[in-house]
Amino acid sequence: MIKPYVADLHIHTVLSPCAEIEMTPKLIIDKALSKQIDILAITDHNSAENVKAVIKAATGKKVKIFPGIEVETREEVHIICIFDDPEKTLELQKMIYRNLPNIKNKEEIFGAQLVVNSKGEFIRKNERLLLTATSLSIEDVVKKVKELDGICYPAHIDRPSYSIISNLGFIPPQLNFLAIEISSKADIYDILLNHEELKNYTIISSGDAHRLSELSTRTVFWIEKPTLDELKLAFLNKNGRKVSLKKHRKEKT
Amino acid sequence: MNHKLEGGSVTLREIKYKLSLKIKTAKEHLNIEVTGGYSSDLLSDVMANAKKGNIWITVQSHPNIVAVASLLELSAVIVTGGKKIEKETLSRAEREDITIFDTTDSTFNIVGKLYKMGVIGG
Ligand SMILES: [Zn+2]
Ligand SMILES: [Zn+2]
Repeated sequence: MIKPYVADLHIHTVLSPCAEIEMTPKLIIDKALSKQIDILAITDHNSAENVKAVIKAATGKKVKIFPGIEVETREEVHIICIFDDPEKTLELQKMIYRNLPNIKNKEEIFGAQLVVNSKGEFIRKNERLLLTATSLSIEDVVKKVKELDGICYPAHIDRPSYSIISNLGFIPPQLNFLAIEISSKADIYDILLNHEELKNYTIISSGDAHRLSELSTRTVFWIEKPTLDELKLAFLNKNGRKVSLKKHRKEKT
Repeated sequence: MNHKLEGGSVTLREIKYKLSLKIKTAKEHLNIEVTGGYSSDLLSDVMANAKKGNIWITVQSHPNIVAVASLLELSAVIVTGGKKIEKETLSRAEREDITIFDTTDSTFNIVGKLYKMGVIGG
């Protein structure tokens, strides 16, 4: 039976230097439950070192966690990549780490990059700066994600930075993205008025949460169960699966 | 007549004056002398190639420009093309003591004028 699942597929943890210290596995899950979010994707910048901790923290809870990464390509475009298995995510991470410049993170400038366990306890710091471009092209990322049976799509295409539209001017059609992401506050019609060519894409909206209050409930997947294959069907609008988008409303936090 | 070609250094004050720039943050640093210039809109490219004390010319206005400027100890950032600079960028620049200018002029024109003043790349 097809049911609505509220999803936010773009969440940062304390591993992302720009995220608040409250973005720990347990607090993210508690917040999702209190907002009645059914599906989350954990997508730190260029790294997946906290995904297993969040999945573990969600054991027995009514929220499904997809492991993922927000990759920064050499065009400085952010691409959200999501998988059904943390091992595949770590496979992508391996490729990213081979293609990430070896710059030491300067915490006082960028913020700390913390690896934590499921309880949110500190394990170690990732010393390498994650908040920068890899030498991978968008094509490289799309190809790798396809090999690993994942899903990927361009992030926050309405923003003036780190977006495929701002940096390339358009979405190369041969990339065959199943969907595109707009920010949680973006108006879909504003975007379509300026970029008519986007009307053929499935559009989702995510929180890109760097703090708990930014978790978004705008996107609803109409699917049978929260699996990656079902998400793919919804992106393709097949077999009765679909994605719907609520209007942005100012929420009390 | 260009006395800069005969040596001597260019300060942020002179650049602000000659290019009619608006100063947005860290206004107390106009005496700083620039060591040269770099222009790119890819932050990773700037991180790899700009040098300490350079003035950076870009259309980017994301808060991360402050992080990059601070990391490399750049002398200032000029945001061109009349781009509206995000609030978070300005408050961060104030906090990190990074001078940001803005102008409606294009990157091409600003770089040309700087070059004529004796501010060169590398
Ligand atoms: Zn992003
Ligand atoms: Zn993000």
